[in-house]
Amino acid sequence: MTENENTTNDPIIICEDVHKWFDDFHVLKGITTTFKKGEKAVICGPSGSGKSTFIRTINRLEEHQRGTIIVDGIELSNDLRNINLIRQEVGMVFQQFNLFPHLTNIKNITLGPIQVRKMSKNAAEEAALALLERMDIADQAYKYPAEISGGQQQRVAIARALAMEPKIMLFDEPTSALDPEMISEVLDVMRELAHSGMTMLVVTHEMGFAREVADRIMFFDEGVVIEEAPPADFFDNPQHERTKLFISQTLQH
Amino acid sequence: MENLTFTQEVKPPDTKKGPVKWLKDNLFNTWYNTILSCLALVFLFFVFRGVLTWVFTQANWEVIPANLQILSIGPYPLEQIWRVSYVIYGLAVLLGLSAGIWDGLTRQITVAIGCLGAIILLLPFEISVREQTLIATVILAVSFAIGRNKHNWKRWVVVGWVLSFPWTMMMLHGFGGDTISTTLWGGLLLTLILAAVGIVACFPLGVLLALGRRSQLPAIRWVSTVYIETVRGVPLIAILFMGNVLLPIFMSGDFQLDKVIRAMIALTLFSAAYMAENVRGGLQAIPSGQVEAAQAVGLTYPKAILFIVLPQALRAVIPAIVGQFISLFKDTSLVSIIGLLDLLGIGRSVLGNTDWTGLQTEVFLFVGLIYFIFTYAMSHVSQQIEADLGVGKY
Ligand SMILES: Nc1ncnc2c1ncn2[C@@H]1O[C@H](COP(=O)(O)OP(=O)(O)OP(=O)(O)O)[C@@H](O)[C@H]1O
Ligand SMILES: [Mg+2]
Repeated sequence: MTENENTTNDPIIICEDVHKWFDDFHVLKGITTTFKKGEKAVICGPSGSGKSTFIRTINRLEEHQRGTIIVDGIELSNDLRNINLIRQEVGMVFQQFNLFPHLTNIKNITLGPIQVRKMSKNAAEEAALALLERMDIADQAYKYPAEISGGQQQRVAIARALAMEPKIMLFDEPTSALDPEMISEVLDVMRELAHSGMTMLVVTHEMGFAREVADRIMFFDEGVVIEEAPPADFFDNPQHERTKLFISQTLQH
Repeated sequence: MENLTFTQEVKPPDTKKGPVKWLKDNLFNTWYNTILSCLALVFLFFVFRGVLTWVFTQANWEVIPANLQILSIGPYPLEQIWRVSYVIYGLAVLLGLSAGIWDGLTRQITVAIGCLGAIILLLPFEISVREQTLIATVILAVSFAIGRNKHNWKRWVVVGWVLSFPWTMMMLHGFGGDTISTTLWGGLLLTLILAAVGIVACFPLGVLLALGRRSQLPAIRWVSTVYIETVRGVPLIAILFMGNVLLPIFMSGDFQLDKVIRAMIALTLFSAAYMAENVRGGLQAIPSGQVEAAQAVGLTYPKAILFIVLPQALRAVIPAIVGQFISLFKDTSLVSIIGLLDLLGIGRSVLGNTDWTGLQTEVFLFVGLIYFIFTYAMSHVSQQIEADLGVGKY
């Protein structure tokens, strides 16, 4: 496998010795890494290893207590203005979709652009419809989230994140809550997004997707990255016992 | 191999039943249910016969028309009654316009009130009352017609509703030299004013207290919690008394708050605590993923609360909130304890008149009917709102 054609050398996320505790529980134990503009990183590892917590620190849904995180040149601190700036640059897709059930799909998408980007209603709706078209669900625009399938909901959620025109997209197990036949429609959309040059951090157990799309796979265990490598090396020549075990287990399925 | 599949149009089973079938299925399906149903029927028959006989042959209803004016407005001076009319005309304009502009519920309410106007016209009221009712009904109809194609007036109508409160108070109280003391406000008029002010004011206060109780800031959380728990631990009567007796002592000599205003404050502060707990119940039902998703698209925390959490939370607790409004409406009857003459208080004062002694049943039944009409209307409106918003749909 070769590096993705649109990965650059400019760093966009820099993590330096990031630590995170939940009360006394040490969840992230010093993560140091750099993501480049256009890079696709897949994060995997056993349950409870801190994968979600890590990507949630990048848009400050979780606060880190030690170390530094710099996103697109802005250091994450308690400064609310910085946090709001960074959240506009970083889109996020959740395992449970987290769509707003009281709003139609299109309103789910236009809320951010109208309230945060101060776009006009018409412009925001036009953009939202174009995004839904891109997600192949333009006909679902005026329905409520509860009225469409899980795969369609997750694509609305992706459109909602993209509507803010983010530079980085975070995915936290975007297909784990989906029925098997809907997984591919979401992965297709993510694949297309990857080819468009978006910087993506994806927590997933979809190893086929990882092998095909990722520039790098990071393996988390108990709050540390114990191995990271391009997919070819990672799958065919893992270094650590823990990684070998994990790969043999996931490939069995 | 050819794969033959037969698909037939299958209609859903007919679940609608005629009334006879319903009776059979629900009341007479077993021998003991049949016996119970028959006993209940006999019991209801005697109760109804007793009530109807009393209502139509024994009751002395004269007391109601003779005191209708005092029951409606209390001791409010007759020569100033045009003030009440103007308030009603103003509200009729707003209601008519709203019904024209917004479909649905406001229209239903307007039609109901219009019908009420028509009924009053047909009843043997004093000619001046019927005249003013006619004017109000016509105003309602005309503003409805005007409102229908004035969708860009929405903002102004909302402003109008907001201003209708000070307008009503000023109008009833009068300005300049010639004022009508609030001690002369009474009857249904006072009850409605107290209830309306209480409902409109306790709602935002309750929402703020509920948010405060869940705040990250300890000081705000602490103040809200103490307030809610304290107020909920004290009976409304005690709060009304305190407002009436203690406030004047604490306030400096010249400046004294009006008694009606004190009652409004007491009712609002009291209801707000309960409102807060209702709203908090709704807030707790919203999963944290909702705020996270809102923040992830860049909304600030206050905006996430305003656009995402509150609409869902309030919608989930509409029944509890309306229940709160209904109790508030009925609780206004407690103000007679501090000497205000609300609808129930006026009813009792009518009975104090020697002409009408012994007619408790008639008067209280009538007063009770009025309370029922208003609370039932509120409850109906709430069900309508729930249906419109599709509560429970997801
Ligand atoms: N809000 C929280 N409070 C306390 N502990 C938490 C909280 N969130 C997560 N944890 C704990 O932190 C650890 C890491 O959680 P995290 O969700 O990051 O794991 P994960 O790698 O994403 O696992 P999974 O594959 O199950 O999603 C877990 O042990 C979890 O119980
Ligand atoms: Mg996780």
